[in-house]
Amino acid sequence: MSDYLDELESESIHILREVAGQFEKPALLFSGGKDSITMVHLALKAFRPGRFPFPLVHIDTGHNFLEALEYRDHLVEAIGERLIVRKVEDTIKSKSLTEPKGKFASRNALQTYTLLDTIEEFGFDACIGGARRDEEKARAKERIFSVRDEFGQWDPKRQRPELWNTYNGKIQKGENVRVFPISNWTELDIWNYIRRENIRLPSIYFSHQREVIEYEGQLVAVSGFIRLDENDKVMNKNVRYRTVGDMSCTAAVESVASTVHDIINEIIATRTSERGETRIDDRLSEAAMEDRKKNGYF
Amino acid sequence: MDLLRFITAGSVDDGKSTLIGRLLYDSKNILTDQLEALEKQSRNKEDGSIDLALLTDGLRAEREQGITIDVAYKYFSTPKRKFIIADAPGHTQYTRNLVTGASNAQLMIILVDARNGIVEQTRRHSLIASMLNIPHVLVAINKMDLVEYSQDVYNNIVIEYAGFARTLGLKNIAYLPISALNGDNIVDQSVNMPWFEGSTLLETLETTSIASDINLTHARMFVQYVIRPQSEELHDYRGYAGKIISGTYRTGDEITILPAGISSRLSRIERNQQDVEEAVAGQSVIMHLEDDIDISRGDVFVKKDHPPLLGQELEVLLCWMDSKPLRAGNKYLLQHNSRRVKSVVREIEFKLDVNSLEKQEGIEKADLNDIVRAKIRTASPLAYDLYKDLRANGGLILIDETSNVTVGACMIQE
Repeated sequence: MSDYLDELESESIHILREVAGQFEKPALLFSGGKDSITMVHLALKAFRPGRFPFPLVHIDTGHNFLEALEYRDHLVEAIGERLIVRKVEDTIKSKSLTEPKGKFASRNALQTYTLLDTIEEFGFDACIGGARRDEEKARAKERIFSVRDEFGQWDPKRQRPELWNTYNGKIQKGENVRVFPISNWTELDIWNYIRRENIRLPSIYFSHQREVIEYEGQLVAVSGFIRLDENDKVMNKNVRYRTVGDMSCTAAVESVASTVHDIINEIIATRTSERGETRIDDRLSEAAMEDRKKNGYF
Repeated sequence: MDLLRFITAGSVDDGKSTLIGRLLYDSKNILTDQLEALEKQSRNKEDGSIDLALLTDGLRAEREQGITIDVAYKYFSTPKRKFIIADAPGHTQYTRNLVTGASNAQLMIILVDARNGIVEQTRRHSLIASMLNIPHVLVAINKMDLVEYSQDVYNNIVIEYAGFARTLGLKNIAYLPISALNGDNIVDQSVNMPWFEGSTLLETLETTSIASDINLTHARMFVQYVIRPQSEELHDYRGYAGKIISGTYRTGDEITILPAGISSRLSRIERNQQDVEEAVAGQSVIMHLEDDIDISRGDVFVKKDHPPLLGQELEVLLCWMDSKPLRAGNKYLLQHNSRRVKSVVREIEFKLDVNSLEKQEGIEKADLNDIVRAKIRTASPLAYDLYKDLRANGGLILIDETSNVTVGACMIQE
């Protein structure tokens, strides 16, 4: 085991199987982004020729990239696993939630409500997610098995010690565990793995032409989900996405990279972090992620 | 490219955060936006320099108090190696966090302030390195700029530490004179210490040999999950999924399943959806047996040569991690790899003072962060190894059955 990708892969498979062995009703949260696509790839390695011991769950904000949705449906059909979709739109209606306003009215924070409702509806005791510790400072301190209370809240001061490769997933009724099998991967590790394993991705990860506006140095796609103001200049640019979130809170990067190989070279050369470059929601404050996680966010 | 997991222990005063910041900064692993955020926060510093320590403090409480509380994981790579840093706090009241971070480390960087030499904290961190059986130790004698880069100061500390390390049984120790603040011997060779002919910190991290740390002789694989597709075409398929924690397996090998003690042969090994002839430590696999045997999660596949110990009476070194104290007679759920059994802590033999290394006998209870030697009895047998012989099969955790919290970490001594 001298190759670091083999080591990371095996660690992630081990974690996925711990979920299967320790929980009654796990779920794999699937967003259609490269990290959750990698998770599905790892799950195939962990459980085939058996079925996944969990369904895929997509918390749909309604602000998706069409390409990501098409990819999702295609993937689910190809692997023959169960997909559950729950829409933020429905939660907004049934719970009379207030839609965020403003130029980039992101439903990112509202996702938490739909996620918690879905956990309750199906009685999920573990939700597997594709978060990585290199993404953000608060994530760097989170355990691989992260216990949340019945409100989904993360308490950084009450985290369980996690030793060796021994994971303690025991919980009380009502609690659930968020599990992060690719905690120890970096953005570059994911891309190198995608290249090695020849994993297909939604087309928006590769260079394409798109109408965008520039806002505080970030390129945001023109769509029905953002408000165009008078002085916004709509430009046609060659762009790709480094992360795939909502159209309302994910920025594109200017790029002509059309293959995974080109993307890896760009990432090695780039001087900006993934979230810093492409996530409008993380720029709000120094502790934006920490606060959202405490409130039940992934 | 391979992977090295290391831990840095220390507090802000030792320059631990500065050291990590310097390592990331000088090896060009800090990105523009992170640097901008750093500059913004460093602005109130008088000399206008960047406070590299700010890179590592993740939680609001930590920034407010200016200390590291929990273990943070940091990632960087060079063309030679990928690194995972467990950045752990140094104070006594966070011993449990240090133990947690140390459990997966292949190397520990112990920071010594050149002005103070070996102090209580150095001893505590070294004890933990020894107790957690970390294969490599790197003693970084920091703040050399404040002792005029004196070779004598450095040599005296090395001699003193070497003597102390012998009493702890630490092996594979490297020494380095550095200044994390100024970058001496971190990534670039120091011009201030021409008398030092060894490698820089980064070179040492890149070249420390870890291949021989992998055990390829003591075959151990815990079953995590049994794969049974139960479909028409795979009607008889039954695969035992797990990660090989040590040793080597080949198809045709005679296997004993513990704790039951039943024997069979490996008929097939799958790895990454392909059949393989051989699988080794570190790999996640699916194994198949010639015979139909009742096997479930927590069972261990071993071989006739180098078998593990089998028993219910354990002597452990135990780091207590809960605010409710441990008392003799308390019962806990014990987790050893994927196996969970009920257990009772029968006796606390002594407490180890983590600072003086003295044994205190006649102890009634263990409090948070205490390290004690204890006797544990399990409800059913465990297939284990001594921690000093095989780290991957000699460690276990205790779980409080009422709160479900992980309350203790144990290293099996005999």
